[in-house]
This record gives sequence, C-alpha cells and structure tokens, in this order.
Amino acid sequence: MSSKTDTAVTRFLASRARFGPFEIAFWIAAFATIYVLPGRHLILTETAIWGLFALSLDLILGYAGIISLGHAAFFGVGAYAAGLLAKYEIIVEPSIALVCAGLIAAALGFATSFLVLRGSDLTRLMVTLGVSLVCFELANKFADLTGGADGLQGVTMAPILGVYRFDLFGHTAYVYTLVWLFVLFMLARRIVNSPFGLSLKAIKGNALRSSAIGIAVNWRLVAIYTLSAGYAGIAGGLLAQTQAFASLSMLSIERSADALLILIIGGTGYLYGGLIGALIYRLLQDYLSDLTARYWQFWIGLLLIAIVLVGRERIGGWVYFVEKQVAHLFRRPAPSSRAEEGV
Amino acid sequence: MLTILFDGVAYGMLLFVLACGLSVTLGLMNFVNLAHGAFAMAGGYITVVLVNRAGLPFIAGLVLAFFATAAIGIVLERTLYIHVYAKSHLDQVLFTIGLVFMSVAAVDYVMGSSQQFVQIPAALQGQFDVFGVGVGRYRLLIIVICGLLTVALQFVLMATRFGSRLRAAVDDQRVARGLGINVGAVFAVTFAVGSGLAGLGGALGAEILGLDPIFPLKYMIYFLIVVTVGGTSSITGPFLASILLGIGDVAGKYYFPTLGAFVIYTIMIIVLIWRPQGLFARGASR
Repeated sequence: MSSKTDTAVTRFLASRARFGPFEIAFWIAAFATIYVLPGRHLILTETAIWGLFALSLDLILGYAGIISLGHAAFFGVGAYAAGLLAKYEIIVEPSIALVCAGLIAAALGFATSFLVLRGSDLTRLMVTLGVSLVCFELANKFADLTGGADGLQGVTMAPILGVYRFDLFGHTAYVYTLVWLFVLFMLARRIVNSPFGLSLKAIKGNALRSSAIGIAVNWRLVAIYTLSAGYAGIAGGLLAQTQAFASLSMLSIERSADALLILIIGGTGYLYGGLIGALIYRLLQDYLSDLTARYWQFWIGLLLIAIVLVGRERIGGWVYFVEKQVAHLFRRPAPSSRAEEGV
Repeated sequence: MLTILFDGVAYGMLLFVLACGLSVTLGLMNFVNLAHGAFAMAGGYITVVLVNRAGLPFIAGLVLAFFATAAIGIVLERTLYIHVYAKSHLDQVLFTIGLVFMSVAAVDYVMGSSQQFVQIPAALQGQFDVFGVGVGRYRLLIIVICGLLTVALQFVLMATRFGSRLRAAVDDQRVARGLGINVGAVFAVTFAVGSGLAGLGGALGAEILGLDPIFPLKYMIYFLIVVTVGGTSSITGPFLASILLGIGDVAGKYYFPTLGAFVIYTIMIIVLIWRPQGLFARGASR
C-alpha cells in the first residue's frame, strides 16, 4: 500500500515540476520581445529587473512565509556593489561583477537571517525594516564612497564578455537582463520543486509540525533567506549595471513596498507572480502617471486596499483561473485523461 | 545638558501620545496598523486649516483635531478595518500601506507638498530660564498635556469599567465575548480614541516634527519602535520606551550628528533580538 502511495506522490510531484505549455509560451514570448519590441527595451529591462526582485521576495514570502518590509536592503546593496566594482574597476567583466554583487547581498542576507528567525510576524517586519533603514543610513553617511544623496555617479560599464557593449538604446542591456532572469528563474524553479522547496512549504504551513517530522526549520529558513537576498542583490546589480547608476532610493522603504505590491498583484507562491506582476505594475504605472502625473500613488493605494478586501487568494488566483480555462479548451477532445489518473 | 534632557522628554511624550493608539491596536486587536501615522497627519492638517485659515484659537484647534480624527478613525474602523481584522498579517500590512499611499497622495493633492506650520499663539513662544535651564514654553505645554493624558489613560484603563472590559478583551477575546462584553464596540471606541490621540499628537507635534505629506511614512518607523520596544501588554511599557527613544534621539542628534538615526535603528534591532516581546513586557503569552 505504501509503495502505491509513494508512486502516486512521486507522480504528483513530478507532474508539478514538469514544464507546461504556458511556461514555454511565456518564455518564448519573453525572448521574442528582443526582436518584436526593439523600441521598448529600456522599459522592458526595468520591468524584467522588477520581476526578478519580486521573484526574490516570492522565494521567502510565497514559499517560506516570511513577511519582509526591508527587502530593498539587499537590492540596494547589490546595486551599490555592482556600481562600485565597475567604478573602481575592481572587477571589469559585468557578469562576474554581478555574481559578486549577488554574493555580497547573500552574505548580508545570511548575517541578518538569524535576526529574522526570531519572534513573530511583527518582530520580523520590524527587524527587516530596521535592517533596510540601517543600510539606508549607512549609504547616506558614507557619502565619499556611495555619493550620498546624489547617487553613485561616474560608473562606466565594460563590454559584456569583452565583446558586447552597452548601447544607448538598451538592446544589449535587455538581452543581458533577460538571460540573467531566465537562468535565475530556472534555478529558482528547480529549487522550489526540489525536496528542499517542499520542506519550505511545509514550514510555511506549520513550523512546529514540520520540526516534528524532522525538518531543520531554522536552517532551511536561513538558507532560503540567504538565497533570496542573493537574488535581490543580483536584481539590484542588474539595475545599477544597465543604468550605470546607483542611488539611495534603491534602498528605500518605498522600494520594498513596491516589490511587495508587484508580487501581490501577480500572486505569491508560483514564481511567475513576480514577473507577471511586474508587467502589470509597469503598464499600470505608465497609464496612471499619464493620467495624473504626481498622484498615481493614490490609485496604487486604492488598488492595494481593493486587493485585500476582495481577498488575495481570489485576485492572485486569477492567473490559475485563466490557465485552467484555456487548458480546458484545449483538453476538450480528451476529457477522460484526467479521470484515468485516479486521484 | 538639562535642556537636551527636557527637549528629549517633550519629544518622547509627544511620541507616546502619537503611538499609544497604535500600541492598543497592535496589542489588543493583534492588528498591524501601519497607517497610524496617517491619522496623526490628518490631525495636524486639520489644525493647520482651522487655526491658520479659519482663525480659531490654537487650543480649540487641538480639541477639534482630536474629535475630527477620532471621527475619521471610527468611520474607517466600521467600514474598512473591520473586514481586515481576521485576515493574515500580510494582508493587514498591504491594506494599511495602501491607506498610507492614498493619504499621502490625497494630502499632497489638497494641501500641496510643502511643509506646513501651525501658528502658535505668542504666549506659547520663546523660552524662560529655570535655574539656568532654558525651558521652551511650547515644549512645556506638550509635557503638561501629554503627562495629563498619560495619567488619564492609565486611570481609564486601570480603574474604570470600560478599562477592565478592554483588558478582558485583550487577554482573551472569546471569553470576554462569552461574558457578554460587546468586544466589537469596545474595539471601535478604543480605535477611535487611539486615532484621536494620534491626531492630537500630530497637531501638537506639527511644530516639532514638521508636517508634510510624507509624514506617515517618515514617522511610521518611530511609532513601531515605540510599540515593539515597549511591548503591547501595558501602557507603561510604550510610555517608558517613547521617553527613552525621545531622549536618545534628541541626544544622539546633538552629540553625534554624523551618525543620525543610525543609533536608534541599531538599538531597536538589538532590543528585538534580545527581547522579542518588548523591553518592558511581562512575558506575554501570545
């Protein structure tokens, strides 16, 4: 009997990890924009970076259930690291510098993860917020190094792999960003579908019970927090590299709140939420700031309240809903296939 | 030296009045209300409009700020907040951040983004010397008002029927409900008073803290520090925490101006690591 359950469970988990037609279509569409929308590459680069940042938040929020209001700390640290590495020509090759930026942010994440483990949601909220504020203050105080309120200027990027120069229209930057996004996304996808990822979901469900079945709760949380910090650092590094600039605003609370908002719009816990949310957020921002240049935050706030009152599950679930409907259309010819699996 | 202490106490008292409403919502309803600063800002702007434009006396402005903000608080509580009490902390955070964004943009739209000042009557301006210590009159007024409010709050909480109902609802909502206490009404009244106090604090503090549309974001962290460091199980905890924070902040800015707010945040993190329940909490069970 147990072997039967085992195979059923294995099959279920494997089916979850398999690539669906929508995922493939999503990435084909993403890479197609390189040729289809050449005039929009600057905006798309930014959107992809936002998506990666939200993805990093999804790793801890959607999979481990850690609420963070200070994720911009890692984003900003990554941005400054990448900017400084390029400015002082410590590491000239952008992609290696980016990995270093990610590692630096991950190191910070590792160091602060022990603070985040303690206490309730509120304490976590406060500690993450506090860490990001401390980073902000530090960046502000060490103005010799970071440029303070003026931002880090005079960053010149070397060509990628010594061949591809960053051009004025952002074509290189977009391809560069998209490749990084794809690689990191696939890595994250692999991680969350691994036994490690499943154990995180168990911890999110009930930390006490998961420790009872032998999951090392604290170390798992440390690991995912560190990973997520590294992702955020790479996202920040990408922004600094593609814009050849880093500023204090990359460390601010507003950044963290925006990332949270993006993730919530797209839905948590299935990785694509961040990317889809970033796309919607960007379009929304464009539309609203055309409408009311200075007060678009008002509508963003209204949207947040509406999302909460209507219910996040229902809103975040809209992607599932659409997917189900479309899948239903395609499945029609063979409706019995699902029943045969015998759940 | 003593002047710094005095200013710090005034600042801390102000923070306490601003934040005590939050400590009640957090401790009582277990509700993370990041929009608390928005109520304070509302109180400040109401006073600015009443005193500067309508020409009301300053004290009347303060009183009206209290009642107007309390009214806003109760309306929002009954219409919006009530739906969010039972939701997860993440939802509460999102909801209240949304409120903050809306209030910031709305105030910017109506009042403009520049800093506003309340016209303080001449009798309250200036300083006088007490044994060589410069005492600002306005700061003295703040200490007196906030001190009285603290005593009154403590009295209401500890010695009245409403206070005991409130404490019962804090300790165990379900049992309190079973005993026939209308917990919803207690919550609503408490929320209104908390918002009103925030509004009063905002009105009083416009002179010291400054008043502009990003007020709720700027001071959100201070309120949260007061509440988390002070703990939510009593009113004395947040009180001591805010006095400490006030003195620490004023002294820090005076003696180590280059470090800025860095010290405060670091201390907060250390305290939270050391005692996640708050510095002055009596081993709370929840």
